[in-house]
Amino acid sequence: MTAFWSFVRKETRHILRDRQTLAVLLLMPVAMVLLFGYAIRTDVEGVRVLVVDPSRDVRSTDLTQAVASTTALRLVGVEASVGGVEPRLRAGEADVALVLPVDFARRYARGTAEVLVVSDGINANFASSAESYVRTLVQQWSASQGGGAPIVRTAVRMRFNPTLASENLFVPGLLAFVLTLVSALMTAISIAREKESGTMEVLLVSPLRPLQIVVGKVAPYLVLAFVNALTALAVARLVFGVPVRGSVTLLLVASLLFVLVSLALGVLISSRVPDQRTAMMSTLLGLLIPTLMLTGFIFPIASLPGWLQPVTNVVPATWYIIIARGVMLKGIGLAVLWKELLILTVMAIVLLAASARSLKDRLE
Amino acid sequence: MRTVFFIVRKEILQVLRDRIMLVQIFVPPLLQLLIVAQAMTFEVKQVDLAVVDLDQSPASERLVERFLATGRFEVTLATASGDQADAALLTREAGAVLRIPDGFARMWARGMSPTVQLVLNAEDGAAAGVVQSYAGQILADFSRDEAPSVIRAASVRPGVAVQTRTLYNPQKEYLGYMAIGLLASLMTLVGILLTAQNIAREKEIGTLEQLNVTPITRGQFIAGKLIPFWILGFIELILGLLIIGGVFRISFAGAVGWVFLGTGVYLLAALGLGLLISTVVSTQQQAMFITFFVLVTLLFLGGIFTPIQSMPGWAQTIAEVNPIKHFVELLRTVLMKGGGIADIGRELVAMALFATVALGAAIQRYQKTAA
Repeated sequence: MTAFWSFVRKETRHILRDRQTLAVLLLMPVAMVLLFGYAIRTDVEGVRVLVVDPSRDVRSTDLTQAVASTTALRLVGVEASVGGVEPRLRAGEADVALVLPVDFARRYARGTAEVLVVSDGINANFASSAESYVRTLVQQWSASQGGGAPIVRTAVRMRFNPTLASENLFVPGLLAFVLTLVSALMTAISIAREKESGTMEVLLVSPLRPLQIVVGKVAPYLVLAFVNALTALAVARLVFGVPVRGSVTLLLVASLLFVLVSLALGVLISSRVPDQRTAMMSTLLGLLIPTLMLTGFIFPIASLPGWLQPVTNVVPATWYIIIARGVMLKGIGLAVLWKELLILTVMAIVLLAASARSLKDRLE
Repeated sequence: MRTVFFIVRKEILQVLRDRIMLVQIFVPPLLQLLIVAQAMTFEVKQVDLAVVDLDQSPASERLVERFLATGRFEVTLATASGDQADAALLTREAGAVLRIPDGFARMWARGMSPTVQLVLNAEDGAAAGVVQSYAGQILADFSRDEAPSVIRAASVRPGVAVQTRTLYNPQKEYLGYMAIGLLASLMTLVGILLTAQNIAREKEIGTLEQLNVTPITRGQFIAGKLIPFWILGFIELILGLLIIGGVFRISFAGAVGWVFLGTGVYLLAALGLGLLISTVVSTQQQAMFITFFVLVTLLFLGGIFTPIQSMPGWAQTIAEVNPIKHFVELLRTVLMKGGGIADIGRELVAMALFATVALGAAIQRYQKTAA
């Protein structure tokens, strides 16, 4: 056992000595939370609008003024003819064009004015939202001028995240991402490195048993991953006020299970690859990209094509994200989340057993 | 020139000999492109709707009918109890609740504007916004088509009709848009990672010192490392475009020649960044982490998968130096909108500037003497 502890100490020193990697590892979660919190938005704002106004009469200039003073829209120019629309949309200088007819004021008074909203459709939702913003604006403007028919109004309430603040949505997914990165990737590379440089052989002839070697390698990363998760949570909470409405213990237990799953995957990968490069590529493409794309982190699972939806069930992060969002945003507990937690537990047990076995086969 | 040629030949031989790496460069990324690109969509195909209809009138039924008719909404719960609907949101049995107030039909018939409540599960952030815009469209159609007789009978009143037209992607599909962004990301990931890792590995195993004692210059060394990966990157792009065009059946609107021009310049910028990273790291592990960190930052701040227009001003300014942002914009402008040189000039210049600075710095920083 003393041999084992001195091995853990040696591994810890290795990590602490490499200041550069350590700095990146410690700063990355903080930087990512700040980045997502401040800069990444999935809601639509700042839509660049080009107005085509051939008549420039009282009504049309008033409507143009209304475009300029709407917060979600940005007026980027007023053209006299419709010819300027296509080139400017194509060059990406505007997102949507509002084309008013000739003689707008007179047509408006008679109720025969037709305006055209032309949008650049390459980003589908952005285009839909942009169109609907401009349509709503025109209708509201018309209503404010005393025109228009009655409409069914909607009062929208966003449950669990009323302002659609992106940090609230991303932090649970970000936790999964950071934990995978640190636990799976770091372990895979660090074991592959020993293999590549031949020091694994040295370790194997030492009195340590293979299982002890693996546990010793993995233990410091487990601690590091946890520190990372806690820093990310702390920054999210202190800087952006991201809530944790449910039980913190449940969140930490789920995080621990998820870290164990990731570590086991890291060991499993490292036992099967010949060098660090293969370890990196396999973890990156096999684990991190699915964690980003196939878990509901960024793209909703409900949007996935039918045949791909079952695949998300295999990605551990899917379950972790459901638990983390449930606890943080909805404040629900074990009564609702027991199934997800059970799945994570089973995954952890199966993968740990598989990785221990695979190592035994390969190393002994 | 002859020296560069020999170094390039040596590097290419080394790459060709390393079959595992060749497989790694092409197979996993292209497989990812095939599968993951189809997962990258914000379109919501099906929303489980809980309906709380307190009005129980023909008008309210017609309104619910309209939600169903789009094929996007499915009523999983119809109840008179608000609490029950709320519980369904918590357990994810419903993604949205539509609450129609008592007196809805009466108000509507009198020509007033009633308010219905829409409660969305904002836990799935992007989805909530999309569902809201679907619902908005449905309610707008309802208001127009089911206008009460009081209004229809009225004589001329001022008003305006709004038509919409969507250019370049009238069906509003995501596949082409996202596949292009993903291809650029994967190309960049593989390119930067392998260049940075390649040099870090030579440092780790000590062969870099052997190169350092040969008479090659720093520029020749950088060129020798750059050119093979530049060629591999180009092949990757071509294979990716074949998948997007052949398997996903996306037709390209513009001339592919402009894409090749853009790729040539972009790869210099991206690989230049990889080389720059390799000069500051000493182990492969460091190379890997720094590359990954830089790349994730560039991808997310480049507005490749989320709208750049919605970002705060300072973030948009920073994005102007981001080569991935310009490359993806160039690809989308040419392939989806049919743009030509006039539309992509700015992007080309920005990428070329970045490439010059990155490569210059890499040559400058590369020391021929071991530290």
